[in-house]
Amino acid sequence: MEHVYKNINSISFGFFSPKLIKKMSSVKVVTPELYDKEGYPVDGGLMDIRLGVIDPGLRCKTCGSKLKECPGHFGYIELARPIIHIQYTKTILDFLRSTCKDCGRILLSDEELKLKLDSLKDIEKRYGLFFKRKKIKEIINSLKNLKKCPHCKAKQVNVKLERPLTFFEGDKKLSPIEIKTKFEKIPDEDTEILGLNPKYARPEWLILTLLPIPPVTMRPSITLDTGERSEDDLTHKLGDIVRINQRLFENINAGAPEVIVDDLWDLLQYHVTTYFDNTVAQIPPARHRSGQALKTLTERVKSKEGRFRYNLAGKRVNFAARTVISPDPEIKFNEVGVPKAIAYELTVPERVTEWNLERLKEFVKRGPKKYPGCNYVIRPDGKKKKITDETKEQLLEELQLGYVIERHIINNDIAIFNRQPSLHRMSIMAHKIKILPYKSFRLNPAVCTPYAGDFDGDEMNLHIPQTEEARAEAEVLMQVQTQLITPKNGTNIIGCLEDSVSGNYLLTKSMVFNKDEAVQLLFSIGVKKIPNFNNVVEGKEIFSSVLPGDFEYIGKTKDNDDVIIKKGKLIKGYIDGASIGEERGNLIRKLHRDYGEDVALDLLSKLFRLGIKALFYKGFSTSLKDIDLKQDILIRIRKLLKDSEDGVDELIKTYNAKKLEILPGKTAEESLELLILQTLNKVRNKIGEIIGESLNEENPLRIMFHSGAKGSILNLTMMASSVGQQALRGKRIRHGYDGRTLSLFKKGDLSPRSRGFISSGFKKGIDPVEFFFGSMTGRDSLMDMALRTPKSGYLYRRLANALQDLKVEYDYTVRDANKTVIQFKYGEDSIDVSKSEKGTIDIRNLIREVIGK
Amino acid sequence: MEEIILKHRFLPKHEILSEEEAEKILKKYNVSKRQLPKIRLKDPVIKVIGAKEGDLIKITRKSPTSKESPYYRVVVDE
Repeated sequence: MEHVYKNINSISFGFFSPKLIKKMSSVKVVTPELYDKEGYPVDGGLMDIRLGVIDPGLRCKTCGSKLKECPGHFGYIELARPIIHIQYTKTILDFLRSTCKDCGRILLSDEELKLKLDSLKDIEKRYGLFFKRKKIKEIINSLKNLKKCPHCKAKQVNVKLERPLTFFEGDKKLSPIEIKTKFEKIPDEDTEILGLNPKYARPEWLILTLLPIPPVTMRPSITLDTGERSEDDLTHKLGDIVRINQRLFENINAGAPEVIVDDLWDLLQYHVTTYFDNTVAQIPPARHRSGQALKTLTERVKSKEGRFRYNLAGKRVNFAARTVISPDPEIKFNEVGVPKAIAYELTVPERVTEWNLERLKEFVKRGPKKYPGCNYVIRPDGKKKKITDETKEQLLEELQLGYVIERHIINNDIAIFNRQPSLHRMSIMAHKIKILPYKSFRLNPAVCTPYAGDFDGDEMNLHIPQTEEARAEAEVLMQVQTQLITPKNGTNIIGCLEDSVSGNYLLTKSMVFNKDEAVQLLFSIGVKKIPNFNNVVEGKEIFSSVLPGDFEYIGKTKDNDDVIIKKGKLIKGYIDGASIGEERGNLIRKLHRDYGEDVALDLLSKLFRLGIKALFYKGFSTSLKDIDLKQDILIRIRKLLKDSEDGVDELIKTYNAKKLEILPGKTAEESLELLILQTLNKVRNKIGEIIGESLNEENPLRIMFHSGAKGSILNLTMMASSVGQQALRGKRIRHGYDGRTLSLFKKGDLSPRSRGFISSGFKKGIDPVEFFFGSMTGRDSLMDMALRTPKSGYLYRRLANALQDLKVEYDYTVRDANKTVIQFKYGEDSIDVSKSEKGTIDIRNLIREVIGK
Repeated sequence: MEEIILKHRFLPKHEILSEEEAEKILKKYNVSKRQLPKIRLKDPVIKVIGAKEGDLIKITRKSPTSKESPYYRVVVDE
């Protein structure tokens, strides 16, 4: 096809005039037949060969080009009677309402018209087309209810649109012919006030008299295996139109009775309407013989599977792979394990030079079936040759400077790794490839957080950049270490998790090693510079020897105890989630600030492995006996529960005696509910406290939640003692029967047990009534999740689309693509969140560091 | 509309900028009036302070992060 390269200066929108339709057509379609007996397209049919080529080998009769070169050509049919275009009904209604029913003038006096036209021009110039359109809407609305034409003084009748496409003037039905004659009377000047440029858009063109037939290239027929031809939906629909149109012509010419003509006219209107849009309300969609609705013009364009979102906004790529992910704590954070099977398919283009010729020859020699080999050789003229057993020898000989080979990916090639939904920039990061056996992508568990992935079957995508520029960009801007700090709040999104946190906690709190163990432990995590240890080595010393020698840090633990690191030595406190955890690791944040992203990531990965390896020396597990409570504790808890139940009984009694103190803004019932909830919550917290105090320091569960690795005292309370109040929509459960939750309770029973309080714990087991209440909240949260996820997804999509072109300019203003100011100072303080700590900059801390103490 | 609305504690200070001040702001941000945020002539505060179409309004808002932050809007009639 001939390409045209020109700058677009302006675009004008208008309607097709009958003249223009004829001008751009190469065929007048007159018969609904498609092919003759030989299977050759009929002249003047819908598949006329002048409409374009869809069969390979043929040449277009209109332009003489081949398949894929010829863009196709329009045709037209002459409609026997005018037809209303379904997409134009609103515009037609506007015109009917704002013009005089008799003289066709706009319902504005000449002076007013001039005034309004001037103001429209002014608005367009000053505020743009959007506001002009708004103003036009206003004018149209103001003309709707005028009773008299200012020009011919004729009385005006209200025009109504009976959906979907019948117009009524008062009680009289307007036929398309009548509408057309009315519109022809409107003078050019008057159309301008309604936003039309009469050169490109005359109102009478809104009524169809000629229908353009789209080229066959946009409705190609498919030849089935049986040799039968299956036509496109559009061709079917156009066939209907042409057929009914012919019948209408014949009947009119034969002078058939008006009823018959009108019936056919309506039928033609139906076909044309469904041809444009097959999903109009009140109009039954046209269907295939199988009963499936036809996909006509509007459906092709609209919605997710439509032209815009599917074909134009949707992108597809080569050099990509997708498979299940699984964890591998032994690979680096910025590595990704790629299955060998995938390495055979994904390639990197490498240009042959003087210096790499020999190396690249080896790749070609191994060919596509031996890893690491090569799949294609590209000659300097761009010809791509696949390497096969037959072509291998010849290509090997041919290979010379300037050739490009597509070799298999190897270790340390750069790849872009992604998990959908890509909600923030850490969802797409660059990793170094590491070829591994088996069939899943392997990633370090620490990068689960930025991708928001887990290993319950998640799949991820891998892309191989194909140019030097792309590779450089990925390496410099997208690697995992560049994404250590989240722009959400300036904290570290990658940190230690689970066992690594508990491991570091135990290590720095209580563990002691002998010299050999300490050296081995450090060596196993990749620390090469090992200090001279004494014969007994404290965990703190081991932790310290990972840190840089000049590292200074003052922080707090989860429990607000001091953590002090001086000259790279942990001298006070212990390490927990608040120092090295995800999105709260202040120590990691400081490492990143002081030593840069590469060192920070390296140290973090060492600390991560240190925690895990440290646990290997001790062993870490939990069992049922870890939630056993001592007898005296159990008695205390039982008493607490009893007391609170008595307390609730007391409340109910006062309520029944109408003596309950009513809280401001609440009814008596609400006050009671609130007080009961408070009492029950209080008791659960108290139980938590008691259990927390009673726990041994060595208790694995305590270690887990105290270090911030997983869980909380609440989870432990639920297992060891009681699950607590089940709530639906913030209230105690009250569903079920009239005045009671289950039939085994008395009507009006407000006791904790009858309203969903579970006093047993998971270990003891919960009874059927409690189990039922537990299921209720469980089901509720399940439903809530299933309903909320797609809603919030859509909300996010809209937000992202609305904000996508906003950017911070060099003068710190936030502007959109038109350079319209949105904020005069980014975030009102122009702080780059990713360079801050939790959105602010701690000046006091900075000063302390600068002056040294 | 009454002056009393200006005294509401949730209403930030609105002031009309003089020609010169407005010019300075436009120059500072290198923008035309069309590229600035708009405020309607019908806006209650605009009515009370008696701004005209095309005036530049300076709004001094309280900000949790930077104490005070200025914002500029152009009065438009639509």
